[in-house]
Amino acid sequence: MTGFDQLHCFFSNLRPEFHCRTLAMREGKILACLNKSIAGPKCLPSHTAMTRPTINSETSATGVCIRISGDLRTQSLDRVEGDFATLMPNGQDATIDMSQVESLDTGGAWLVANLVRRMSSNGAQVRLEGVAPAHSSLIETVSHNLPDAAGEELPPQGFVNWVARVGQRTFGAWQDTLSIVGFLGLTLHRLVRTLIMPWRLRRAALFSQMEQVGFKALPIVSLMGFLIGVVLAFQGATQLKQFGAEIFVVELISISILRELGILLTAIIVAGRSGSAFTASIGSMKVQEEIDAMRTLGLDPIEVLVIPRVVALLIMLPILGFVADMAGLIGGALMSWIDLGVSPGMFLTRLKENTGVAQLAVGMIKAPFFALVIGVIACWQAMQVKGSSESVGQRTTASVVQSIFMVIAIDALFSIFFSEMGI
Amino acid sequence: MDGAALQNKTQSDTKREAVIRVRHLTNQFGEQVVHDNLDLDVWRGEVLGVVGGSGTGKSVLLRTIVGLNKPKSGSIEVLGVDVLNGPEEERQRIEKSWGVAFQDGALFSSLTVLQNVMAPLREHTGISEKLMAALGGLKISLVGLPQLSCSKFPSELSGGMRKRAALARALSLDPEIVFLDEPTAGLDPIGAAAYDDLIGELQHALGLTVFMVTHDLDSLYAICDRIAVLAEKRVLVEGPIEGMTKVDHPWVQEYFTGPRARAAQQKGQDR
Repeated sequence: MTGFDQLHCFFSNLRPEFHCRTLAMREGKILACLNKSIAGPKCLPSHTAMTRPTINSETSATGVCIRISGDLRTQSLDRVEGDFATLMPNGQDATIDMSQVESLDTGGAWLVANLVRRMSSNGAQVRLEGVAPAHSSLIETVSHNLPDAAGEELPPQGFVNWVARVGQRTFGAWQDTLSIVGFLGLTLHRLVRTLIMPWRLRRAALFSQMEQVGFKALPIVSLMGFLIGVVLAFQGATQLKQFGAEIFVVELISISILRELGILLTAIIVAGRSGSAFTASIGSMKVQEEIDAMRTLGLDPIEVLVIPRVVALLIMLPILGFVADMAGLIGGALMSWIDLGVSPGMFLTRLKENTGVAQLAVGMIKAPFFALVIGVIACWQAMQVKGSSESVGQRTTASVVQSIFMVIAIDALFSIFFSEMGI
Repeated sequence: MDGAALQNKTQSDTKREAVIRVRHLTNQFGEQVVHDNLDLDVWRGEVLGVVGGSGTGKSVLLRTIVGLNKPKSGSIEVLGVDVLNGPEEERQRIEKSWGVAFQDGALFSSLTVLQNVMAPLREHTGISEKLMAALGGLKISLVGLPQLSCSKFPSELSGGMRKRAALARALSLDPEIVFLDEPTAGLDPIGAAAYDDLIGELQHALGLTVFMVTHDLDSLYAICDRIAVLAEKRVLVEGPIEGMTKVDHPWVQEYFTGPRARAAQQKGQDR
């Protein structure tokens, strides 16, 4: 908009009678459909009420006359969209009369430019009439930048494409498996190197992770263990009462908690709690190109980011599992006392006699495997993050789901192994 | 300011319409006072460049005007509406008449460029999906991005392209006022000059009022009609760039007469 136009706009806003006169002049011109473009400047500030835009077309012997009026703005385009879509070229010359257009923005200008292009698509002449000077430059700019009509690409449909997609997914899953096994190998290599050269371990990071992963998880893990013990005692009691074998509730609680539930449920909580945190924090670093920056500084992301987390899990998960076991036994003993009248002293004696330390060992031996799986899956998922913050969210979800699934799968494998070995 | 200049100023005041009117604005974060009794007018159809040293609260001023930061005291009128204390519906209406392009684009990373540009249309208009896509494509074309970039995600674009896409999104509702936060920061000189030209062209074609926070002296010489210098917690001086070298203030002197300023001035005259 030139300074001159601004001045005009300003005056037309200030002096309503001036505006009325130009409008009246336009009224006269519409009837004659004159080929002059001297409509007054129109520049309505947005805070005045908008006039509803309209599009009318008339076909006569000489051609089509399309009249556009009102405020042709993006906000009000929905009112004329239907009329606009029905205007189709019929080979005749067209005249677009814009002398009643009160205001125009790029949305409106797009409509006009598109109309001109459409009506002239089969060689017909299209004339714009009554265009305000302030609008003509806008229409010109917009027509100049009108993109070629390009339809949105739809994903291909059909059986063959479905088969192709299944194939792609399968291949992708295989690639992912290879990649995650490679990452596991890399992590194990760095772990062994850290064992040989312990001074390379980042102690500050390790202790901070141990606090996050272990210490801060103590309340939730012990509460969880306690409640599991209570539930087992309660459920066991109702069943065992039927056989008069209440005293076996001690074995039921101790064996199931020490062998399976204590460590399994702890691992599931840690996977949900710390696995997601690992993926989200390293994934965000990936988005911010911090991992790339690390590589250029000669730092190994595995050593700096992955090893402290995995080592923290390896140390803390057995401890958390042990805490959960103890809390479970306490909860079970308490419930047995209340519900079945098994005194804590009797519970303890029975526990010592019939449940060996082997049961605890069978449970605890699984902890490092769970820790490694949770840490490796979480860090691998984090390294797969690409570009957007949405990708961080997707990978975090995938990390938690995968690690919980893997923890349960490994637990099942251990169960089969131990029962085959007769332990 | 002597009498003649004062008269001159009031004359220009009556001729121009202030689209943004900031009065007695005070911003304070804890103990730190960022703005103290700051006054600023932005006239319709101008490109205002806001400059100032680091930490003088240029971005805070922008954020305060668009309502992202609540000031301690003061009043802000945009297009005649009190945006701080006015009625909710008035404020919501006025929010549609400005567009903001943030420094790093702040594009929605989970949406494609076209979807980003269409997002405001989807929220605030009743037009069909097809028309939205067409208008979005037009805006992308207007800011000089190829149509190929429509289906790309922000992470797949270069920094300069992201800035252009952000401008396209800011323009999608055809705002009257566009706020730009450091639009040319981080662009190469050719890209920055092209972006300056783009803003100038769009400003002429669409009749925009541009509020631009910038450090780029080239931009100031090339497209800004007026400069507002923030210093000492207020607008220290405002006016066309030619007058800036005559202002007797150490920071303004250093900024506008330094070697970079002289080079930019030369370039501005060559244009």
